[in-house]
Amino acid sequence: MKIVITTTTPNLDSEVDPRFGRGAYLLVVDPNTLEWQAHPNPGVNASGGAGIKAAQFVVEQKVDAVISGDFGPNAFDALHAANVPMYVFGATRTARDAIARFNAGQLERVGTATRAGGHSESKP
Amino acid sequence: MRIAVASGKGGTGKTTIATSLALALATDATRPSPLFLDCDVEAPNAHLFLRPTFERRQEVGILIPRVDEAKCTHCGKCAEVCQYHAIAVLGKKTLVFAQLCHGCGSCTLVCPEHAISEISDVMGVVESGTARAGIAFARGVMNVGEPMAVPVIRQLKKWITPEPNQIVILDAPPGTSCPVVESVRGADFLLLVTEPTPFGLHDLRLAAQIARELKIPAGVVVNRDGIGNAGVDAFCAAEHLPILMRVPFDRAIAEGIARGQTLVDLEPEYRVRFEELADAIAARVASE
Ligand code: SF4
Ligand code: SF4
Repeated sequence: MKIVITTTTPNLDSEVDPRFGRGAYLLVVDPNTLEWQAHPNPGVNASGGAGIKAAQFVVEQKVDAVISGDFGPNAFDALHAANVPMYVFGATRTARDAIARFNAGQLERVGTATRAGGHSESKP
Repeated sequence: MRIAVASGKGGTGKTTIATSLALALATDATRPSPLFLDCDVEAPNAHLFLRPTFERRQEVGILIPRVDEAKCTHCGKCAEVCQYHAIAVLGKKTLVFAQLCHGCGSCTLVCPEHAISEISDVMGVVESGTARAGIAFARGVMNVGEPMAVPVIRQLKKWITPEPNQIVILDAPPGTSCPVVESVRGADFLLLVTEPTPFGLHDLRLAAQIARELKIPAGVVVNRDGIGNAGVDAFCAAEHLPILMRVPFDRAIAEGIARGQTLVDLEPEYRVRFEELADAIAARVASE
């Protein structure tokens, strides 16, 4: 099983980054063995559509779930289309905690976008 | 000569200045009648002052991709080529995010399966006609809820060709975002309308930056002169921004404007003052 968590630094004890599209790192974690691998979020520097870019990367990793703080409408649509379950980390601080709470079934699964879209006039 | 009229925010009297300038030029028989473009496509209001009759109208739209899932192999080539991330391949689904799409057509070109067709997405209209005193008038109007003003502005500017020697006055949208830059791009002069208050100064600063970045000579009109403080004057002096005109605050003027009248209608002296303004701008453009 594989799960992606957005984090501020590339390790399992990092704080969870609340922004899905612009979170600094995408940490791919095996929730059973706690093996992890960090990837810089390809959405971070996108001028628009950050959430879509991040979502596409997540889908390519063939993960079973995503944990973040905030899924914009585009990211939500993209992850939803690919049937990737989305969870919000709530009060959790670190990626390690988030995995523990995920394993315990304590994270809230989101059914709709958690935030309105990005700045849509950010186009040249 | 193209004169863009802009202000860092709404409510500074930008449209009053732009329409008064147009009317002053139009009522002088010795000058060619100007062309007026209302680029504030989200909330056009210059027509309230210039009262055009529209004679031509055209829809503005872009072609956005539609993916035929039966043909799509989810190879990912379309998503790779799209610099706006407006199309994404998500496992066994290829999704188009119409609000991010710029209609560039790249995805259609690269798709090896010819799975993409293009459908038209109408964003608004451009309209043109003749306004008071024979002013050639055109504007864009964006559809409600449409996220992108820029394509409508771009189309408006492309659609209308000025006569040689005709002065073009572009009334830019308020603010300092992409639609403003699109309106102002290509202008020979940027007329910045501000008021002498701390808010006015803050927005003038941002608007002056656009002029600098686009390398367009600029000058300032201080509207409602007499309210506020000397901050705008000090800023203009430090930045070598010439103050080309001052319109004093006057309750009778404010009421006239609220009734859809321009400064030229309200005070005959403004006709001469706006003609002088146009000449001062022309002299500055010529000396560039
Ligand atoms: S390029 Fe064509 S075939 Fe490939 S994913 Fe895109 S739509 Fe499908
Ligand atoms: S038309 Fe251009 S902007 Fe729109 S999805 Fe295709 S590649 Fe992206």
